[in-house]
Amino acid sequence: MTTVPAVAAPDSPAVPARAAAREPAAYADPYVAGVGLGLVLLAAYVLMGRGLGASGAVSSVVSWAVGLAAPAHAQANGFFAEYLAGGVGHPLKAWLVFEVVGVMAGGFLSGALAGRLARSVERGPRMSVRGRLAFAFAGGALMGFGAKLARGCTSGQALSGGATLNAGSWVFMLMVFAGAYALAGPLRRQWR
Amino acid sequence: MNAPLYKFGAFGDEASLVVAFAVGLGFGWFLERAGFGSARKLTAQFYLDDLAVFKVMFTAIVTAMLGLFYLAWAGVLDLSLVYLTPTHLWPQIAGGLLLGFGFVIGGYCPGTSLVAAATGRVDGLVVVLGVAAGVFAFGEAWPLVKEFHASGAMGEVTLPQLTGLPYGLVVLAVVLMALGGFAGAEWIERRVAAHASERRP
Repeated sequence: MTTVPAVAAPDSPAVPARAAAREPAAYADPYVAGVGLGLVLLAAYVLMGRGLGASGAVSSVVSWAVGLAAPAHAQANGFFAEYLAGGVGHPLKAWLVFEVVGVMAGGFLSGALAGRLARSVERGPRMSVRGRLAFAFAGGALMGFGAKLARGCTSGQALSGGATLNAGSWVFMLMVFAGAYALAGPLRRQWR
Repeated sequence: MNAPLYKFGAFGDEASLVVAFAVGLGFGWFLERAGFGSARKLTAQFYLDDLAVFKVMFTAIVTAMLGLFYLAWAGVLDLSLVYLTPTHLWPQIAGGLLLGFGFVIGGYCPGTSLVAAATGRVDGLVVVLGVAAGVFAFGEAWPLVKEFHASGAMGEVTLPQLTGLPYGLVVLAVVLMALGGFAGAEWIERRVAAHASERRP
């Protein structure tokens, strides 16, 4: 097994000289990182009886914001109202918000210790920064909508449901890979 | 020990939020260690020269799956108290496809975009904002989508329950499939690397 040292040296001119001067550390072996990730997931099940998540926390925050901006509108909407009733004060919905704050802290800590903190825009050599950010927003929006339709994203469905052998999660996971491979060809310009 | 600990009252709601942060910390740490704060590392999966996404994801699934299986077998963990998202076939097919499209367009999945944003990737932050916009759009479209969202209902069902096969047999099948997949992934990476070096002598 060889670890591919595919260190994505940020090529944006916005990279601070300090970060560029120090060579970022190589990424972990994928199988070692996978075992680590699996043990974290197992810990979530043993401690809480539930798995990991990401898009659910975004839903809580969005519903909270809609509730602040237009309380009557949010209450009249079945989707937002459910998150508000479950609500920010409700531990099971707030749980994901705390988890996601942890995800960002953990990512930051690992990135900092590996010398990988850098303000940059990741893109292929033929892609403009502006174009890349437009694609990033559009891709994010599709994922937000898709995750709500599917009752979870790669974290809550594919990973967490994969480990419990949840039937719908496996269908979802196959569809994620199918969708991504189907569009990879037309999007080659963005990345290569 | 009776697990899940929270369900057996080993700790309360407030402590559960500390657990949430700690679990998130580990999740974010390993995603970043694996290189998943980088859109080019993630999307390389779809151009076949670096299959780390598949390797990490399936190693994690197999690790947690075996842990759940053996803890339940040892009588430590009550699997009936472990949360299962209900299966709704059609919206999960459609949502999976949309998420796959969004992944290769945006360069991250929702979880990895948070790690990318936390390590300074502006494109990662924009993906996070996009996800929020998509969730908002879904909420606004709720009256139109709620019927489809509820369609294809099959309840909380696992692959062993659905197929009638023993739990242990399905676990074994997934392990064998993953091992075969890893061997295949290593082979594909070597082929793609050899092909690339032929073109660039």
